[in-house]
Amino acid sequence: MQIAEIAVVVALLSGAFFVFVGSIGLLRLDTPMKRLHAPTKAGTLGVGSFLLASMIHSFATGEGSLHELLVMAFIFVTAPISANFIAKVNLHREDTDPTPPPPADRTWATFDTDERTEKLVVK
Amino acid sequence: MMDTALAVAFVAVSLAQIMAMVRLIKGPAIGDRILAIDTMTINAIALLVLLGIWGGTQLYFEGALIFAMLGFISTVAYARFVLRGDIIE
Repeated sequence: MQIAEIAVVVALLSGAFFVFVGSIGLLRLDTPMKRLHAPTKAGTLGVGSFLLASMIHSFATGEGSLHELLVMAFIFVTAPISANFIAKVNLHREDTDPTPPPPADRTWATFDTDERTEKLVVK
Repeated sequence: MMDTALAVAFVAVSLAQIMAMVRLIKGPAIGDRILAIDTMTINAIALLVLLGIWGGTQLYFEGALIFAMLGFISTVAYARFVLRGDIIE
């Protein structure tokens, strides 16, 4: 019982730390791409710690439950996808430094959406 | 001991929510606003989970799951609208 309470406290404090640091990064960093990396990683780590605390607490106080794992799995799967979409928005709106040329192709794949060139390539 | 940790976590997540809202209002790039909305959804999930621990109940779990799903869908829809000018082509 005592060990479970200590584990819940540690998980709660680490989650609070990660969420807080993520939002400080969102507020204080200077370019949009730098601002992107702080809350996407720290937010999921923070919420993951909170959900871990919730699971340990539910097992310690009687009826155990594991369905916090659903939220955790969903956030862990979707966070990189939404971060990728936001990075694409930053690239297309040119809120970044100019991108370097790609090593192999004509341009980066995310810019290669011109319908005319797609029609030229007959498959 | 756990009440103190819960209070610390509530204060930290609330401050994080306020900071994300400041970034949402300030902008300046549109990607920052999408990111701020996404962060506010994540923080709302954290607040719901903390509320569930504080009350010792599982009632808020479904709310957290719906927040996770709708937050992801709205982030992708907003980003896709900015990228393509349309959500479903």
